[in-house]
Amino acid sequence: MYVVNARILMFGWEFPPHHSGGLGVACQGITKALAERGFEVLFVMPKKLDVSSPYARFLFADEHVYVTVRALDSVLTPYLTSRNYPKGRAGSIYGHDLFEEVMRYASLGGEIAKEEQFDIIYAHDWLAFGAGIEAKKATGKPLIVHVHATEYDRCGGMQGINEQVFEIEQRGMREADRVIAVSEYTKGIIVREYGIPATKVFVVYNGIDESTTPKGDSTRKMRSLRQDGYKIVLFLGRLTLQKGPDYLLRAAKRVLERNPKVFFVISGAGDMEEHVMRMAAELGIAGNVIFTGFLSGDDRHEMYTAADVFVMPSVSEPFGISPLEAMKLGVPVIVTKQSGVAEVVRNALKMDFWDTDEMAAKILAVVGYPALGATLSFHGKNEAERLTWQRAGEKIEFLVAELVH
Amino acid sequence: MKSVCFYFQVHQPYRVKRYGVFDIGSDSEYFNDRSEGDLNNRRIIEKVARKSYIPATKLLLTLLERHPELSVSFSFSGVALEQLERHVPEALDLFKRAVDTGRVEILGETYYHSLAFFYAPAEFERQVAAHRDIIRRIFGVRPRVFRNTELSYRNDLAAWADREGYLGVLAEGWDPVLGWRSPNFVYKPIGATNAKLLLKNYRLSDDIAFRFSSREWSEWPLTSEKFSQWVGAAEGDTVNLFMDYETFGEHQWEDTGIFPFLEKLPEELLKIPDVQFHTPSEVIRAHDVKDEIDMPHIVTWADTDRDLTAWVGNPMQNAAIAALYTLEHEVMLANDGRILEDWRKLQTSDHFYYMCTKWSDDGDVHAYFSPYESPYDAYIAYMNALSDLRLRLEKRRTRT
Repeated sequence: MYVVNARILMFGWEFPPHHSGGLGVACQGITKALAERGFEVLFVMPKKLDVSSPYARFLFADEHVYVTVRALDSVLTPYLTSRNYPKGRAGSIYGHDLFEEVMRYASLGGEIAKEEQFDIIYAHDWLAFGAGIEAKKATGKPLIVHVHATEYDRCGGMQGINEQVFEIEQRGMREADRVIAVSEYTKGIIVREYGIPATKVFVVYNGIDESTTPKGDSTRKMRSLRQDGYKIVLFLGRLTLQKGPDYLLRAAKRVLERNPKVFFVISGAGDMEEHVMRMAAELGIAGNVIFTGFLSGDDRHEMYTAADVFVMPSVSEPFGISPLEAMKLGVPVIVTKQSGVAEVVRNALKMDFWDTDEMAAKILAVVGYPALGATLSFHGKNEAERLTWQRAGEKIEFLVAELVH
Repeated sequence: MKSVCFYFQVHQPYRVKRYGVFDIGSDSEYFNDRSEGDLNNRRIIEKVARKSYIPATKLLLTLLERHPELSVSFSFSGVALEQLERHVPEALDLFKRAVDTGRVEILGETYYHSLAFFYAPAEFERQVAAHRDIIRRIFGVRPRVFRNTELSYRNDLAAWADREGYLGVLAEGWDPVLGWRSPNFVYKPIGATNAKLLLKNYRLSDDIAFRFSSREWSEWPLTSEKFSQWVGAAEGDTVNLFMDYETFGEHQWEDTGIFPFLEKLPEELLKIPDVQFHTPSEVIRAHDVKDEIDMPHIVTWADTDRDLTAWVGNPMQNAAIAALYTLEHEVMLANDGRILEDWRKLQTSDHFYYMCTKWSDDGDVHAYFSPYESPYDAYIAYMNALSDLRLRLEKRRTRT
């Protein structure tokens, strides 16, 4: 272990329990792993939130002495593409214009950097890249940017991307001394689509947190289905282009032609919700597709345990933590090769997202051959146990040590 | 006098293509992959023949001519011979020429390189008979010594071989079984009166088969001279060097220097005082029995466990082999040559090996070679093919 004892000024956007997806969880995992390795982490967020962690000191940009930020209700999250914004505005935490908010955060980043003592700057995703760049400008300290997702992923390709977001991402990666990608898959996108030299992009895979104990009764219906001899195929994720729920429905059609005793549970919300509901009806399989809406916490874990197989049909997935959650709970997993998680797990079934026949074949195999599910479950659980944030922390420490002499 | 006994295994399975669930009921060809990948059986046998069988056997013929003292033994699976006959007759001709020298012994095994001995004894006997037939047809000889698939062995195999009049059986010289005893002697297996047991010296065998090109190995590079000194230093009556024939040119590529090593090996070995090349039946005749060996549990030559867990160690493998052998009675009743042949081709041990998940827990990159993307894909293709076979059996039953 390197004894660097460096102080890290870390710019994020969300942190549990205030988060709507994987970015906050990842920030928590990384912060904890680095703190355990002797780093001191100053975690900066744009707005005052009720968060605490034994592993980091929190700074909130809006509390900063020089500036105050007006907080408005909006639905802004790191997962919305700017195209989709704004459609509704309830129960959210950030300002009314995403770019305005990002720019303000950036300038505050520079201010905060001048006041704090630290050795290295670390920014998570494009929303925080600006703050990272300003902090670097103000102090000359080295900058690491950690890419959890790109605009390319969120749009399922280069078509329809938001140029402004793309440019912020690209600038962050260019200005950074090191770029961390959550997978080789993401590194490929960074090098190919963003033109960043491969030599400064390093892959650090995500880990997985301790699962909370499942409880609650939201899946009673699933249990009774199982008792009637039905198999349950679970999708759990945002209903967006990126997550490919439509591809799963096309596969479902093929599955049901062969085996009608299968139910497809689609858990999640998103801008494609109406579209996929209509699609299920048009495919004539609505009777075997259940939409649960967004599930969180205990319901989410309960749903995992009710499933016979978990499918992540993502079109472009930088990493994909949900299959690991499923594996950890002993659920057999099918993932697309267009995902980072496909690189790290061996005990999962994999195919291309567009190959819905193969997706159907793999679903049919798991529900039809019990020994397949049993073997995937056994090895998958053990494998997921090994994919820890500590492992990620070791790699990040190595990169930090190179920059902090 | 000390014997040096070579046995080379020649085997290639009929790999199941990526047989999909939607093929069930409409495609009864399981082994006809025509891709550029490693499931194309014709492509593989041609490649292995080109890289290994042909150059190695040409060299062997030269060596047999150069050294009148040299003798070796081979075991060929029936499915490998079939494929060579069809796709690479040149390789088969070379093997025939070697056997014609009278100094190459051929061992008995199951035609389909199966694990039938442990799952379907009657089927096992039928496959041994079928193997005996193809060996007689191609080489004009009758095997006198038996080796079971993957060198798998248990006391009752020796008892069976004894009843069948074999001179002996080959097995792994595995330390937990041998205890203080050395593999370098002829033993009497429990349960046999006449048949003897020859044990593989796995350390010396694996020095060639596995370690030869390993640069992490402190003895690298291995020379014929050095290896012969080790053989000379080994105590006992015989040094049994058992390995896959693909060691020469396929597992150890030509550029590792394996062929020059092989070329010089006989002359270096002959420098050892009192050494003689013997085939298994010659070893058995030349030496007295040292002790009795008891192997009540299955021992194989595989990985570090030396058991069958690489073939039937996880739920998929167990389910697959159970589903396969459950069909035995029905397949026999069906009296359909195509169905019988497909069922038998599905018995080849390699299919189960491809489903092995022993590496999965330790995060280690293991050398369980497989032409499939994962053990799960191997299992899916296999079970789909078996489902189709079951469907064919049902159709056949309702027709008659």
